[in-house]
Amino acid sequence: MVRQVFAYIVHKEGVADDTALEMVAAAKRIDSDASITAIVAGTGADLNVVCNEIASSYQEVWKIDSEALSYPNAEAIRTLLVRILPKEGLIIAPHDTFGMDLAPGLSIKLDAAYLPDAVDIEGVDENRLKAVRQEYSGQVSTHVVCDISGGAVITARPGSFKADESKGAGGQVVDKTAEALEGGFPETGRRFIEVAEAEVGDVDITKSDILVSVGRGIEDEDNLEIVYDLARAMGGDVACSRPVVDARWLEKSRQVGTSGKTVKPKVYMALGISGSFQHQGGIKGSPFMVAINKNPKAPIFQAADVGVVADILDFVPELTDKINGSR
Amino acid sequence: MEILVCIKRVPDTSENEINVNRDGTDIERDDLVYSVNEWDNYAVEEAIQIRDRVCGSVTVVTVGDEETEEVVRREMAMGADKGVLLSDEVFKNSDGRGIAGIIKAEVKKGKYDLILTGAQADDGAGQVGGMLAAMLDWPYASLATLIEVTDDKKIKVGREIEGGNLEMLEIDLPCVLSIQTGINEPRYVGIRGIRKTASAEIPVHGAGDLGLSPESVGKSGSKIKQLDYFVPDAGEGAEILEGSVDEIAEKLVELLKARGGIK
Ligand SMILES: Cc1cc2nc3c(=O)[nH]c(=O)nc-3n(C[C@H](O)[C@H](O)[C@H](O)COP(=O)(O)OP(=O)(O)OC[C@H]3O[C@@H](n4cnc5c(N)ncnc54)[C@H](O)[C@@H]3O)c2cc1C
Ligand SMILES: Nc1ncnc2c1ncn2[C@@H]1O[C@H](COP(=O)(O)O)[C@@H](O)[C@H]1O
Repeated sequence: MVRQVFAYIVHKEGVADDTALEMVAAAKRIDSDASITAIVAGTGADLNVVCNEIASSYQEVWKIDSEALSYPNAEAIRTLLVRILPKEGLIIAPHDTFGMDLAPGLSIKLDAAYLPDAVDIEGVDENRLKAVRQEYSGQVSTHVVCDISGGAVITARPGSFKADESKGAGGQVVDKTAEALEGGFPETGRRFIEVAEAEVGDVDITKSDILVSVGRGIEDEDNLEIVYDLARAMGGDVACSRPVVDARWLEKSRQVGTSGKTVKPKVYMALGISGSFQHQGGIKGSPFMVAINKNPKAPIFQAADVGVVADILDFVPELTDKINGSR
Repeated sequence: MEILVCIKRVPDTSENEINVNRDGTDIERDDLVYSVNEWDNYAVEEAIQIRDRVCGSVTVVTVGDEETEEVVRREMAMGADKGVLLSDEVFKNSDGRGIAGIIKAEVKKGKYDLILTGAQADDGAGQVGGMLAAMLDWPYASLATLIEVTDDKKIKVGREIEGGNLEMLEIDLPCVLSIQTGINEPRYVGIRGIRKTASAEIPVHGAGDLGLSPESVGKSGSKIKQLDYFVPDAGEGAEILEGSVDEIAEKLVELLKARGGIK
């Protein structure tokens, strides 16, 4: 039996998200012979560009075109998907801010299993899909089996599946608009108003070559002094993880990660940062990464080039002294 | 406004080193420090602030065992008016859908305008809120970092999306929102505050009280099951510098210099 796997494509301004090709890889991990269909909702010329772009990677591209989809409202899209997806289908979406909005409710509406934030898929045995997830901030992994006899909604962690660049799928674009909009555009109790852009701060960390980034491990606002000292010694800028911004210790414009800034430094110092995927999602260009953390199990040590297992409150001042003394 | 906040008691990952137990069936639970899920704390604070602005009440609810009561008391000490514990032997090993179903049954017993959950908990799933909303047929928005009550029919919500931008929405009540960290600054509660809630009555509702059949919850009601816990192969990983603090710092300075990390 050839399994049919669907992937919901996130796109913006006529460009498909990186996850579009990662989901091809994920679908092939479910079943290497799967027939893989992309679903793209949007409107106008941008939508067509995206459909044509990914048609080389998907056997079929289902397009839903409506003016009302110029901004993706997960509540409406959920209803559209329920209208067009076959019973017992498998659908993958990225585990990003859109997928998190769409997927849990979709699984209920489809009466299908929900496999959130998969980092790997090991295949299907009968109707049991085996996958890998992470728990406790990535400190441990777990194998899960998912009963997909009634279909499944899967969200794939961005960056976890290696993009399938094979192309050559020679996909056809199929216009599903009429079917999806039968009965009219879905009424939802949630209306989009606008996107309010994040504030710009005093430093632009996206331009820095050297970033000294600090996480919850700094424990107290007053301790930030040692981070500034190190940044000064290195000639870099101070960045941070989300909890430091949540605590109002540094401004939002210094936050690295999916809900913060995407940075491309040459050197990245991660001080007291555990290394969640949302944080690492904001670090591009494979910088030389140094992690300093007191927990040897912290996932950041997987991503870093060099690690120091130490208390940053003790180690960072030592390091700063050494740098200043080495001139 | 009648607000329900869903909370979960979880091992505190910033306090604990989490290890897999010997046979890989679970994490090592001895000596773990538990607390309320970080995201839920923001949700309770937000609910309290909304109540203080527009009147009404805040109820916290959790699905768990007797030990879970402590987090209910903690959040009541923050200022929640009521607490409910949903607990039953048959609830054990429920998946996200099971938990959402149990909470839905409790929701049906009351009359709520707004339900808040955390954006995610220790399992990193971020599923219970969205499932609950779908089960209730209420509107849902995840990752809220801004809530403004417009009137008693609708609210204005900012969802934090990529890059920290805010997707501004208008949502009809009743609705379900998942709360992202940073929406507020959760107030501190001391031991003394928690002690004050020690005598507060916290009703416990089981499957019978909620009209739930045992098959619909727990292991039998789950579509997803955990096989084992493991620590993945370290793979490449970082080169861990060893030696005295002085030696390590010395080595690191050399490495940084070689990589252009010192200007
Ligand atoms: C939708 C969504 C978007 C998100 N976006 C982002 C984002 O853009 N950026 C981001 O950073 N996070 C983001 N997060 C949050 C993310 O999931 C993590 O919660 C966060 O990254 C954790 O930050 P942290 O590593 O500083 O804290 P923790 O995970 O608490 O880690 C603290 C680390 O410090 C170590 N430590 C503690 N004390 C010391 C000490 N004295 N010396 C040395 N080490 C010490 C600990 O061992 C631990 O590893 C997002 C979450 C969601 C749900
Ligand atoms: N056992 C539970 N009891 C009450 N609420 C829960 C429970 N598990 C999860 N939640 C709620 O759902 C949110 C998201 O958790 P999860 O879907 O498990 O990632 C949490 O922040 C809680 O608000």
